[in-house]
Amino acid sequence: MNIVACIKRVPTTDAQAKVNADGKSLDTSGFQYMTSFYDEIAVEEAIKTKEAHGGEVTVLTVGPTEGTKEVRECIAKGADGGVILTDPDWGQRDNLSTAKVLAARLSEMGAELAFFGKVATDRDNNAVGAMTATKLGWACVTDVIELSLADGRGTAKRESESGVESVEFSLPAIITCDKGLNEPRYAGLKGIMAAKKKPLEEAQFENVPNQIEVESLELPAPRKEGRIVGEGPEAVAALIDALRNEAKVL
Amino acid sequence: MSTILVFAEHGAGTVRRASLECIAAAKATGSDVVAIVTGQGATDAAESLGNHGASRVVCLTGADQYSPDATGVDIAAVACDLGVRGFLAAATSTGKDLAPRVAMHLDSVLFSDCTGLEAAGDSFKISRPWLAGKAIANCTSTGPVFCATTRLNSFATNEVGGTAEVSERPASTDGKVIVTGITAKEGGKLDVAEAPIVVSGGRGLKEPEGFKIIEDLAEALGNTAVGASRAVVDAGWRPHSEQVGQTGKVVSPGLYIAVGISGAIQHIAGMKTSGVIVAINKDPDAPIFKLADYGIVGDAFEVVPALTAAVKELMATA
Ligand SMILES: Cc1cc2nc3c(=O)[nH]c(=O)nc-3n(C[C@H](O)[C@H](O)[C@H](O)COP(=O)(O)OP(=O)(O)OC[C@H]3O[C@@H](n4cnc5c(N)ncnc54)[C@H](O)[C@@H]3O)c2cc1C
Repeated sequence: MNIVACIKRVPTTDAQAKVNADGKSLDTSGFQYMTSFYDEIAVEEAIKTKEAHGGEVTVLTVGPTEGTKEVRECIAKGADGGVILTDPDWGQRDNLSTAKVLAARLSEMGAELAFFGKVATDRDNNAVGAMTATKLGWACVTDVIELSLADGRGTAKRESESGVESVEFSLPAIITCDKGLNEPRYAGLKGIMAAKKKPLEEAQFENVPNQIEVESLELPAPRKEGRIVGEGPEAVAALIDALRNEAKVL
Repeated sequence: MSTILVFAEHGAGTVRRASLECIAAAKATGSDVVAIVTGQGATDAAESLGNHGASRVVCLTGADQYSPDATGVDIAAVACDLGVRGFLAAATSTGKDLAPRVAMHLDSVLFSDCTGLEAAGDSFKISRPWLAGKAIANCTSTGPVFCATTRLNSFATNEVGGTAEVSERPASTDGKVIVTGITAKEGGKLDVAEAPIVVSGGRGLKEPEGFKIIEDLAEALGNTAVGASRAVVDAGWRPHSEQVGQTGKVVSPGLYIAVGISGAIQHIAGMKTSGVIVAINKDPDAPIFKLADYGIVGDAFEVVPALTAAVKELMATA
């Protein structure tokens, strides 16, 4: 099977936000980057699927040239190659145009199954996987915690507010991965060495216009100063009093 | 007047609160609101929607099983027929799954998890968190239809006392993805993202059995969900569905009680917009106290049972 894992380079989760002088973009100067948490799960599921059903895994990203680092790291876990679509507008790119760019490339690659993280932990959109599948006319199951494939069809489980949903779908498909689907492996030294020799294509893409206009970016208002109401179980009365009479939530 | 189409979710005919919030958010922009419902009980759900601000309700009928891609096609078709300016859904699991499909059909960008929505000329303006709420972006779109999902517990519901005109439309039945069944949460447990009160536990509870005191407090409070830090989810003490934080759920309940949770930046990202935050931790220097409105320094195993007893007493007299 021709399998693709789509990943995104995102700031590490301990990054602190600062706004640039223009008032509408992030100051990224102190940022360090990583593969988005859920995309690691996507890469793992792609490799597991190859191991079970045969085929090849390509890691695909739209991002800045520096993102070859994350693509290499993912290849080192057991993928066969990578493609980075270098994006001069990265940072401004919105979910719609990202999905169009990815859809065009997936179709060009002849992909049959693509794994995405359920959400990228920078813009938190939960959108690109399902949008890409819609553009391609493929099936898409989001937030998957259990997956099995056989004979061009699949079954999956996903979690919703009401419980766990069982889903059936046809291939080709995009699966967006949630925590619990698997435990991402670490790349061993052998994998890291092997990854250096595997193909990593840096390609351009035909630009697709963005629709988002950011008017302003602000830091959330700080919460008002709180207080310690006391120590140990004796403080419970003071807490109840504060919740009832001051905060009025009980 | 511009029209906004809102996907309304319901369970056996009872509309989810999150969808009522979404309808109220749409209505508050001064737009005409058309709701769209699907599934068994859709016509029952339709009846209550007028009261909450919808002037019309479209019921998708005839599909025995839910298909997100088929529903996405139907919603986009209705949006085009009505010439709507906006499409909204609540940022529930179903809403987040459906909205990107609709947005792509409408060739429009999607704003996810919005915490603010207002009219701007004949379009709209939204506010939404970036980097798990470390920054708030105020955005507009140049797209043809303004598509967004609204964050749970971020907009108030509203009863306007109207009645909606209900119409039916046959649902597409050629979905590529079919939901064949659902295993409901035990005892109708509330989801951590939806609940008005959340009591969360962390590594300070020492062992899985330590969560007994959290569950007891949640039960005494009523209408309360149990949450967890990633540390205890990774340790296998609690399911991932309960994890609060940047790689779990973002919650915004009226009251959030953090017990034995240190307050790591990734945890805080998931709960810092809660109405009132209470922290119980034995370490007076725990970062969670910097965020909390009220804190008690002490051993969870002493403080929480005392709190539960006090809440029970309060509820008995109330
Ligand atoms: C990529 C990434 C993503 C992450 N995503 C998340 C996420 O989504 N959610 C999340 O929560 N974390 C997340 N984390 C992990 C986060 O950094 C912390 O490790 C985690 O939140 C710590 O959990 P904790 O507070 O339960 O444990 P600890 O940090 O170990 O804190 C335990 C606390 O319990 C207190 N305590 C101990 N005993 C008692 C007692 N008897 N009574 C009262 N208090 C007591 C201690 O004083 C301490 O403050 C993420 C980390 C990374 C790197």
